[in-house]
Amino acid sequence: MEIRAIGALVTGASRGLGAALAHQLAAQGARVALVARGADELARRVEDIRKDGGDAHAIAADVGDKNAAHAIAATAAAVVGPISLLVNNASSLGHVPLRMLLDTDCEALEAALEVNVVGPLRLTKLVVPSMVLRGEGLVVNVTSDAAVEAYPGWGAYGSTKAALEQMGRVLGAELEGTGVRVITVDPGEMNTRMHADAMPDADPSSLLSPDVVAGRILRLVRDAGALHNGARTLASAWTGAP
Amino acid sequence: MMAAPWPRDEPLDERLLLVEPRRGAWHDGRIRDLPSWLTPGDLVVVNDAATLPASFCATDPHDLPLELRLAADLGHGKWRAVLFGKGDWHTRTEDRAPPPVLAPGDNLRISSELTATIEEVNPNAPRMLVVSFALEGAALWLALYRHGRPVQYSHLAGALRVWHTQTPFASRPWAVEMPSAGRPLAWGLVANLRARAIRVTAVTHAAGLSSTGDPAIDAALPFPERFDVPPGTVEAVARARARRGRVVAVGTTVVRALEGCAAMHDGELVAGEAITDLRVRPGFRPQIVDGVLSGLHEIGSSHRELLQAFAPEALLSRAFAHAEASGYLGHEFGDMCLVL
Repeated sequence: MEIRAIGALVTGASRGLGAALAHQLAAQGARVALVARGADELARRVEDIRKDGGDAHAIAADVGDKNAAHAIAATAAAVVGPISLLVNNASSLGHVPLRMLLDTDCEALEAALEVNVVGPLRLTKLVVPSMVLRGEGLVVNVTSDAAVEAYPGWGAYGSTKAALEQMGRVLGAELEGTGVRVITVDPGEMNTRMHADAMPDADPSSLLSPDVVAGRILRLVRDAGALHNGARTLASAWTGAP
Repeated sequence: MMAAPWPRDEPLDERLLLVEPRRGAWHDGRIRDLPSWLTPGDLVVVNDAATLPASFCATDPHDLPLELRLAADLGHGKWRAVLFGKGDWHTRTEDRAPPPVLAPGDNLRISSELTATIEEVNPNAPRMLVVSFALEGAALWLALYRHGRPVQYSHLAGALRVWHTQTPFASRPWAVEMPSAGRPLAWGLVANLRARAIRVTAVTHAAGLSSTGDPAIDAALPFPERFDVPPGTVEAVARARARRGRVVAVGTTVVRALEGCAAMHDGELVAGEAITDLRVRPGFRPQIVDGVLSGLHEIGSSHRELLQAFAPEALLSRAFAHAEASGYLGHEFGDMCLVL
């Protein structure tokens, strides 16, 4: 997909991978709506992007809140125009520090499901219809290898990401032939606050910078047509020249 | 016709009355029958406007309560709006208390973060205003969604939430009342249409208020409304016509957008945004639209006038009388007709 002049909606955009994606999309000429809960931090991100000449808009809202979904989607469409790229990046780990499933409060799983699965479906339902009517668009769902590997302590988060991945597969099948594509991407281990929350003892120098991963995902966005609809891919597979 | 009091759970089961002006006949069915009633090559055009929750509880400069309904985004931070006195949708619009007469510069306080400032008052109808907000951009839209409720009327059984007033196609928040003809067209039905080589495409049309409570103003409705015809829709219409396919407008707003656009360009569709004041009435000769999917509108309404451009009133009244006797429901959550 050509990134220049598209409308993009990125969730979890105040920090880490979401912020890096929003910045790089705007740098390539996309009009970007950034969604995150923390209004102040989000406003700073938007300021940063605007200073660099980018077109960015802050939507301070919680993607896990049913009452916020229409406000997010409508505000984004109002300020950046019809959305051609939806990046469901916002995630909740559930308990921090992580807990074994036997110690996991079920309410914590429910809260993580709201952010990691139900919220992305709500936004998908509100954004993808216009893509289908226009015959073009891309949904990128950000996942984790915790969705497919059995890491102790990652049960709640990993289960929600597995659900997000399956939702992407089915949505991809349902959208076949419409011009709208759904891709699930595993960014790999990044030096982000979420990673520090989950694994406080990890050596940050062993982790990828979110800026580097965002660059790879932008390459993926440009060449998403090479993948089948609903595909799962690794960001590390998109390291070619920009 | 009895009003549908609430959205129904299975839109595909809603009733669909096929009215065929060429045969002078009508036929009962369900929304799920729509694909079989159309022909491969036909084009279905929906309105993809999302519905802004456009009703706000506010207080005037004397701290008296009133209701502000936004009617249209005029650009440059200004909105056309209609003021109602104390109360809400539970009271019939025509029975609502009149609003206080206010003046330019007066503030209508909605919340600590949202205040509407009166820019203009219509001298002939003081409830008709132009207002502005101090907020702009995303901050304004978020505040409107935080404090607004959907515009609704007294025939409904309860207070609507924002999700009740969206069609499955909702995108940009241009409408202040739901473009309701699109509501029962679930995506599963759209997939069935596409499987029959019936394309579905969109315009965006800023559906306005259907009632202001003032008979003199209501007689002049609809106000001029903003629309956007995307290039893909211009191309889809051209392709349908080249194959002798029919163009079916989903709702009166789509008729207004397509015919309003054509009226500005010698009968041709041209992509882009504009404002139309077109009123489609009996005797109007549609240039683009061959048929309309719509609610079963009451005689005397502007929506019924529009249908009369596609079928003679004698046929409509007989068909709708049959529908009423058969238990069809009216209004925005009611049953549908296809005039084709």
